[in-house]
Amino acid sequence: MSVFDWVIQLIYVLAASCFVLGLHLMNNPATARRGNQVSTSGMATAVAATLAIIVHGHGITTTGWIVMIAGALVGGGAGMYAARTVQMTAMPQLVSMFNAVGGGAAALVAIHDYMHAGATVSASTSVTTLLDVIIGSVTFSGSIIAAGKLQGVINSAPVTFPGARLINMTLAVVAIGLGAYLIASPSAALLTIVIVAALAFGVSMVMPIGGADMPVVISLLNAFTGTAVAMAGFVIGNWALIIAGALVGASGGILTKLMADAMNRSIRNIIVGGFGTGDSVAAIAGPTGSVRSIDADDAAIQLAYASKVIIVPGYGLAAAQAQHEVAALAELLESRGIDVSYAIHPVAGRMPGHMNVLLAEANVPYPLLKEMDEINPEFARTDVALVIGANDVTNPAARRPGTAISGMPILDVDQAKSIIVIKRSMGHGYAGIDNELYVDPKTSMYFADAKKALTEMTAAVKTLVG
Amino acid sequence: MQYPALLVDVTIFVLALWVGFEVISKVPATLHTPLMSAANSIHGIVLAGAMLIAVTANNAVGYVIAFIAAAFAAANVVGGYVVTGRMLKMFKRRPAIPSPGDAPAAVNAAANGSSRKGTAT
Repeated sequence: MSVFDWVIQLIYVLAASCFVLGLHLMNNPATARRGNQVSTSGMATAVAATLAIIVHGHGITTTGWIVMIAGALVGGGAGMYAARTVQMTAMPQLVSMFNAVGGGAAALVAIHDYMHAGATVSASTSVTTLLDVIIGSVTFSGSIIAAGKLQGVINSAPVTFPGARLINMTLAVVAIGLGAYLIASPSAALLTIVIVAALAFGVSMVMPIGGADMPVVISLLNAFTGTAVAMAGFVIGNWALIIAGALVGASGGILTKLMADAMNRSIRNIIVGGFGTGDSVAAIAGPTGSVRSIDADDAAIQLAYASKVIIVPGYGLAAAQAQHEVAALAELLESRGIDVSYAIHPVAGRMPGHMNVLLAEANVPYPLLKEMDEINPEFARTDVALVIGANDVTNPAARRPGTAISGMPILDVDQAKSIIVIKRSMGHGYAGIDNELYVDPKTSMYFADAKKALTEMTAAVKTLVG
Repeated sequence: MQYPALLVDVTIFVLALWVGFEVISKVPATLHTPLMSAANSIHGIVLAGAMLIAVTANNAVGYVIAFIAAAFAAANVVGGYVVTGRMLKMFKRRPAIPSPGDAPAAVNAAANGSSRKGTAT
């Protein structure tokens, strides 16, 4: 091993250390930006080291240089444009597209390696090559479908048809079975079939998954991308890729688990698709009663004379693009000395932590954004809980056995002294069951679009207090 | 004893996985979206692999693969880091003094925030 190889290897270790340190610094909003900078410098170092390998090796043709640089410029430009212009509500789609291109690039690394090395590769390399091709291809097509569903280009409802599961199984068997066969006897033509089967599997895996399960799907595809990149690292013998891929795999895995738990569904249940949890147990009847509806002035009186208010934002808030309006109302209440905080359920939004980003964009200071476990004990001391476009995550029925959401962690909104729910109609949430919170005598319903309702409430509070 | 390369690679992979679990389980839910976006940029390291394709590519198919892989990976790296930075910049302890480019609602909110600081104490 030459001195050059030693130096390059050590630089890759340095880059990998930067990635770990960068992720570590993300444990606090105050240091997170520095974390991103550390991670960026690690990446720049790794790319520089790779350029050094290419120059040092003398093997590259002029066409190779042109192709590589042109590709990097085109891709880098597109990535930069997308990152600068994306709306924060569209963040899940963008993350999904980055998963797609990352997984796609990882698959291409293995495909090229396979075609170039031909029959000379060892069996152990073939295993990782084929895993990379299969995982990378599934991630690529699956992430594009997920992004399409999030963007509304593809029907976001669960798309299923008779025999869909059989097709899924067949595709998986073809991809994996043929892949295993290829390890013994390499063939470029058969590899194409593996790629096509894996791409088709990615599509058929994500199509039956409903829009509300997207936080889990994106996290899972993120974990897949990480694994694919790590496999690419195995193929070309690059430790930086292996370490980075493992870190992303771990991150995606943790988030997948957290999201699935927060939705009270198993990962298998979500992937198999369909609707609800499939519980056929007869539900124990919850309290029934009449719904009380109020107008902006009544809501304003409750809010203006409260001493502690908790705002519970759900996806309805993001869908109505009302994050700026809610921030304006909260600021107005705070200016009257009212203690205002936000209770954020883990699945509020379309990806993990999405609601926090939307509120941060509306200039809500992050110390006001409280996690579920932190805020739940505070509801009992709260005068008004203002629920905006959140449904299932506030339903007390989750505490009783036998309902579709039994066992799901919820925000203890019903413990507050009074509750105002802004909602467009009495329609059901994703779980398709009645929300017992709405018939609670302490609850008043404000039927309106979130943006309109919040603007009216803010105006009413201003009129009331002068 | 000389260990086979695959065994060394697997060891590194497994240990990095554990480091990942340790470090990432400490990230608060508030930052989960930027975390995922940061993880996204980190897997952009596949750019290193994509660049190396260009070295061994020697026919049209190889060059096409090299081009697409480089473009995909570069989009991943550049876009990932830029959008992560953009998001993290928005997380503030106190509402910021609005810049002229801000949305009207944000300006309004920030203005209320600064007046609050005056009256609260």
